[in-house]
Amino acid sequence: MALLDYFLRKKEKQVTTASKAKERLQIIVAHERNNRNKQPDYLPQLTEDILKVLRKYIKVSDESFSINLDKKDGDLNVLELNIELHDEQKTG
Amino acid sequence: MARIIVVTSGKGGVGKTTSSAAIGLGLALKGHKVVLIDFDIGLRNLDLIMGCERRVVYDFVNVINGEATLNQALIKDKRVSSLSILPASQTRDKDALNKENVGKVLEELGKSYDFIVCDSPAGIEAGAMMALYYADEAVVTTNPEVSSVRDSDRILGMLASRSRRAELGLEPIKEHLLLTRYSPKRVEEGEMLSVEDVEDILSIPLLGVIPESQAVLKASNAGEPVILDTESDAGKAYQDVIDRLLGETVDFRFLVAEKKGIFSRMFGG
Repeated sequence: MALLDYFLRKKEKQVTTASKAKERLQIIVAHERNNRNKQPDYLPQLTEDILKVLRKYIKVSDESFSINLDKKDGDLNVLELNIELHDEQKTG
Repeated sequence: MARIIVVTSGKGGVGKTTSSAAIGLGLALKGHKVVLIDFDIGLRNLDLIMGCERRVVYDFVNVINGEATLNQALIKDKRVSSLSILPASQTRDKDALNKENVGKVLEELGKSYDFIVCDSPAGIEAGAMMALYYADEAVVTTNPEVSSVRDSDRILGMLASRSRRAELGLEPIKEHLLLTRYSPKRVEEGEMLSVEDVEDILSIPLLGVIPESQAVLKASNAGEPVILDTESDAGKAYQDVIDRLLGETVDFRFLVAEKKGIFSRMFGG
């Protein structure tokens, strides 16, 4: 019986705590990476709309415009717009 | 141009300061001009690990506030003349550092040093963000343990989004995995994540594996970075890290448990 126990025990041991750890980590890390990279669905449309409004008044090239939705610590989200204005537009 | 290397981790107590000290001293021993900066404002400890705690007069925040010059604040290492340490302040508030004033200090240091090694505080607060902001390379210090691996992944996200290189759309920070407190015996018994497991999860290149070692505590007791203990396994492993940072290809050591001899097996050594 002892011999049988020995072999059974070996088989049980195959699910080690290390492999549990790896499995749990793979799941949580993948989940968190997903959240990290997720931009809201409305962002492309919002970008386009903002540009449309801006271009009613000033000249804005695609390169001089950037939009960024940043998650700060906690629940704070910051929508950051960067628009480069050129001198001629101020006078014109 | 100096190479700016941040030693970071997210989680506390995984060996950032030990690793910063070893890497800084190791690079200096190879003849490079190195400055080690403690970014842990309020909780300075790098000075203690480096054994220069009694020589601190001015600190990082004094320099930022213009109360001391860089040269007044920098502490020359007594063992290697090409190494200097810029200690963190102990009492000032954490908001003393900002991108602008830290950038100025790093730029100034970059003129006279080959390597700037930034010892990051734990966490993902402002202090840790400042330490990684200007980095060219990051040594992500990780223990083979679930919370440390998860936090390292968070930090990898920060490196990719919150750094100067990310903001300016430059080439991303070069990431290195440094696995510390590794116990091959426990890995073989299935009780600890293996090097391969951690590499699989974080998927960044491996810079080094430092075995769990008694030499590390002895080294910090004495204020002599463990890389100076050339007989110890941890000291040798850090030496390999230095060689890899300098572009050499070195085989990984201390990844398998030492086999017990017949005598220690019989007599329970």
